[in-house]
Amino acid sequence: MDNQTKQTVAQIPLLTVKAGPRDGDQWIERLKEEYQALIGYVEINKKADNDWFTIESNPMGTRWQGKCWYIYNFKKYEFDLEFDMPVTYPETAPELAIPELEGKTEKMYRGGKICLTVHFKPLWARNVPHFGIAHALALGLAPWLAAEVPHLVDNGMIKHHEDK
Amino acid sequence: MAQPYREKIDKMSSEVVDSNPYSRLMALKKMGIVNNYEDIKNQSVIIVGLGGIGSVAAEMLTRCGVGKLLLFDYDTVEIANMNRLFFRPDQAGLSKTKAAEQTLQHINPDVSFETYNYNITTIDSFEHFKSRIEKGGIVPDTPVSLVLGCVDNFEARTAINQACLELNRSWMESGVSENAISGHIQFIVPGETACFQCVPPLIVASGIDERTLKREGVCAASLPTTMGIVAGMLIQNTLKYLLKFGEVSYLLGYNALLDYFPKDNIKPNPECSNSICVKQQKAYQEYLKSLPPPVAVVQEPQTKPSTENEWGIELVEDEQPTTATSTKPSNTQFEYTYEKKPTVQVNEETKVKVNESSLEDLMAQLKGLKK
Repeated sequence: MDNQTKQTVAQIPLLTVKAGPRDGDQWIERLKEEYQALIGYVEINKKADNDWFTIESNPMGTRWQGKCWYIYNFKKYEFDLEFDMPVTYPETAPELAIPELEGKTEKMYRGGKICLTVHFKPLWARNVPHFGIAHALALGLAPWLAAEVPHLVDNGMIKHHEDK
Repeated sequence: MAQPYREKIDKMSSEVVDSNPYSRLMALKKMGIVNNYEDIKNQSVIIVGLGGIGSVAAEMLTRCGVGKLLLFDYDTVEIANMNRLFFRPDQAGLSKTKAAEQTLQHINPDVSFETYNYNITTIDSFEHFKSRIEKGGIVPDTPVSLVLGCVDNFEARTAINQACLELNRSWMESGVSENAISGHIQFIVPGETACFQCVPPLIVASGIDERTLKREGVCAASLPTTMGIVAGMLIQNTLKYLLKFGEVSYLLGYNALLDYFPKDNIKPNPECSNSICVKQQKAYQEYLKSLPPPVAVVQEPQTKPSTENEWGIELVEDEQPTTATSTKPSNTQFEYTYEKKPTVQVNEETKVKVNESSLEDLMAQLKGLKK
């Protein structure tokens, strides 16, 4: 992880409510923390002129959808992002998925779930319940995009929409 | 589906004729190994995950004449699965549950099946999954005999653990390492043994320096050999548990590079992050206290220090300083997949400040931040 990522992540507020989607009112408290942390993280990104995703959930916070993008060689590559809250959240991290990239990279499981096993899951597990969705994006998805997008572009697996 | 090749058999016979599919199994009775083999017809087993371990495990139980199998998987058969056993190329594209049921039902028409093609970690599926553990037994509305976890990811393992803790049901977990050269099975009894969340997931030490492992590229490798061996270990343990013969293993590993099978027993962690596990531990301690004195002496099996070296294997010196806790594996051939120590510190400054806004306000606020 580079220093800038480390610094950014250090600024994302930590969560304290240990509750999952089956925990009723406690889950609502957790969701508020999730949203507050996400708002904080987006603001940090905007300030650093490094906005790179949008995200929103259904009213119960069980299903999340949004977009994420990565700039490579001055071109912006944008993807749809989605995930379900697992019943065991926050003990287990959400399984972030970019379905449109399924079959294009080896670092992906079925359904377009990005491979987080090595670089992110152990880190998540050590910090339960303090990491939230914002951390999953910053520490899981961002490094994955940074590694995979250039690779996908260079190998002709994805094309910028203007080059199609 | 193909015509059944034989009629259903009501009562297992030990008659030795070529046409009896159970003669070699019932011979276990004659030899005094299993005294009640036909009891297997009264057993029901849930298998979660029909990959390289689960599909083979299902075939073994089918051939053994288990009463009922409940199969869970949300994946389809792919040509990339052909390096493992069980599925055939002509089944590519079918759901794994349907493909498995087809094959298995043909092999043994006596087994009854339930199949579910969904991901147990999502909210709705999880509740249904739980209800099948509780009510999917051979007699309707009774629990299944055993749950087998044959999944390939932490989320699903944690979900099975959660369901079995909530329902106080025993289960067996299994797995093969990402590099395909080791595997393990673990028998989990709520409150009595460590649950899946008591300690970080255990893997069999590979003997390879982790830093030299090439981690780039593919997410996981697999071998039919390692998976077949682990499936065999899992179902052997299952048969011993269901039919009450031999000694059921609590934690059994397989190191393919050294051909070593370490065995251990992990105590539950009183500070387990799962509060239901802690509750079950207390209930188990109460149960032990309630037993009459002579039996009460039979405490939880002690974790055996690895002084008795049955296989004459020399252990490689472990350079990590070992902090002695009761929940740590006594066998250095098992290691944790990650450290437990947090990397962040929560204090007033770092902690999220939730103001008076309602959830709806916060949702709107985040939406408003979009350009």
